[in-house]
Amino acid sequence: MSRGEYLLRRLGFGLFVLLGVLLVTFVVSRVVPGDPARLYLGPRASPEALAQVRERLGLDDPLPKQFVKYVASTLQGDLGYSFRTKRPIIEDLKVRLPATMELVILSTGLALLVGVPVGVLGASRRGKGFDQVSRILTIAGVSIPAFWWALLLQLVFFLWLGLLPLGGRVSQDIQLHHPIQMITGFYLIDAAVTGNWIAWRDAALHILLPACVLATYPLSLAVRMTRASMVEVLSEVYVTAARAQGLSEREILFRLALKNAIVPTLTIMGLVFAYSITGAVLVEIVFTWPGMGSYMTDAILNKDIYVLFAVTLVVTVIYIFVNLLVDLVQAALDPRIRIGRGGEA
Amino acid sequence: MVSTRLGRRRFAGVLGWRPEPGSSLWYLQRDRIAMISLGVLILMVLLAIFAPWLTPYPDQGRGTPNVAEKLKPPSLAHPFGTDPLGRDVWARVLFGARTALIAGITIQVVSTIGGTVLGAIAGYFGGWLDEAIMRVTDIFLAFPPLLLAMTVASVLEPSLGNSILAITLVWWPWYARLARGQVISVRERDYVKAARGIGVNDATIIVRHILPNIMSPVLVQATLDLGAAILTVSALSFVGLGVPPPTADWGAMVNEGRIYIQNGRWWVATFPGLALFVTIMAFNLLGDGIQLATSPKARGVS
Repeated sequence: MSRGEYLLRRLGFGLFVLLGVLLVTFVVSRVVPGDPARLYLGPRASPEALAQVRERLGLDDPLPKQFVKYVASTLQGDLGYSFRTKRPIIEDLKVRLPATMELVILSTGLALLVGVPVGVLGASRRGKGFDQVSRILTIAGVSIPAFWWALLLQLVFFLWLGLLPLGGRVSQDIQLHHPIQMITGFYLIDAAVTGNWIAWRDAALHILLPACVLATYPLSLAVRMTRASMVEVLSEVYVTAARAQGLSEREILFRLALKNAIVPTLTIMGLVFAYSITGAVLVEIVFTWPGMGSYMTDAILNKDIYVLFAVTLVVTVIYIFVNLLVDLVQAALDPRIRIGRGGEA
Repeated sequence: MVSTRLGRRRFAGVLGWRPEPGSSLWYLQRDRIAMISLGVLILMVLLAIFAPWLTPYPDQGRGTPNVAEKLKPPSLAHPFGTDPLGRDVWARVLFGARTALIAGITIQVVSTIGGTVLGAIAGYFGGWLDEAIMRVTDIFLAFPPLLLAMTVASVLEPSLGNSILAITLVWWPWYARLARGQVISVRERDYVKAARGIGVNDATIIVRHILPNIMSPVLVQATLDLGAAILTVSALSFVGLGVPPPTADWGAMVNEGRIYIQNGRWWVATFPGLALFVTIMAFNLLGDGIQLATSPKARGVS
């Protein structure tokens, strides 16, 4: 299979999955509940409002026609209205998404920057003390419930030590006296670009705990996956050969072996990102972080159910896109992949 | 890897049963960390079963409030303190173990069986049936599991059954994909061909000849995922989509105790969370041990 053909097949698969995802959300939102209009408006809707929504959503049309309309409007960015904020959901998301992405990107970076080297060291000291400790700690890392871990850290760093704030993105007096000018929606970048260092410091203190909590699971995952692929590479003949030629252990590990282990390590990127963005939902509640997670949990409490569908859809699309990107980068780096079948293993 | 120096005590030997040296079970019972985890899990199951007899306040464990004693810190009478409704947190944690284990095991059993059967059908028959089943699997795998489960659960009435249903819906595709791959690898073996040759029907071949031969990797994966299933159940309860009150549930209890952390009443949320952490960690350590024991490469033979 040529490179172009692989690219096309992979894109086609991505499109197919996207359509399937839309079908699933359609079925769950329009077919499963008894009265979708009531679901849309919440429990206290008036009969007139219900009739209006039924009209607008075309709920009396045959299902296939409804589905086509649903896909068309979703692709145009119409995700429906939030009856709680009384705004189009897409407008709310534009404000919420940067907050979540700032958290997710920071913790993904943290997970990879710390996780990959620790995994490499674990593989090189297989079975030794360092490896054993990292085995236990990484299992603890994937076992600890994020929402509980967040509470424990709040207890220690806010209540007992008084070092870090309880939650939110910036303190109230910073908001009043040193407001951050919105450029990208990422506070750390915006504050830095405008030279607002007082606000930058405050924002950094606020993001520290949530980012660490969110990084815990993906970091542990990154350590375990890097270690596993490094162990495999280190048993290859060329590593033994390099050792015999007198290459230093550091050169073997980080130059030779990691270069060859990096392709499987890249798949981690997609996974880590996916876990971070879902985990953000739970972490944001505890730290009252004004992102998509808080938006979603507010919606759960208020039965503002179309917000849930919208957030799930947006996150899933991001997730499909990241996986597509990882696959394409992988194919560019590893010639063996192009020979195999596209999409699945 | 931990096994060689450590495992002196023959755990299974106590029961008068000794696995063959060199077998996976033999490696597993020499892994001390895995055996301790197994012990912790057995203890959890016993705590859940005998919950009403292990606390002086079984009705509080089931949900009866006792407002006179609300938010008492841990003491001899209440080792884990009391919650905002005055209920003994230890009793609530005990009864919460029932919810967590029942939910986790149900999800795991239903998804494993359902996914395996679908994957086996896809792998055995191939063709359009395979395409259809696997493309549906691909679509479900595209969703972040927790998010889809939350969305489905929010459409349904909050109940234990519905949160189990919502998570099962996102849980089975992994087993379908795994089982399909396994079936394809045994489909053309001689014993399957022989059975087909003497006219055994397809359903019998799948159930009698194929499933038994692909079960071990599937079961290993199912054990590995039990901790994750319990974690997902608790996450759903934490956001208010799980068991409705007054049934005890660890995730819901952490959520109830969340606001009290700020004024220093740490015990309400800490103990149920700890129970959750210990249980999930034990499942994951045991799963890790099983994985090491069943894969010669990881054991360090290669």
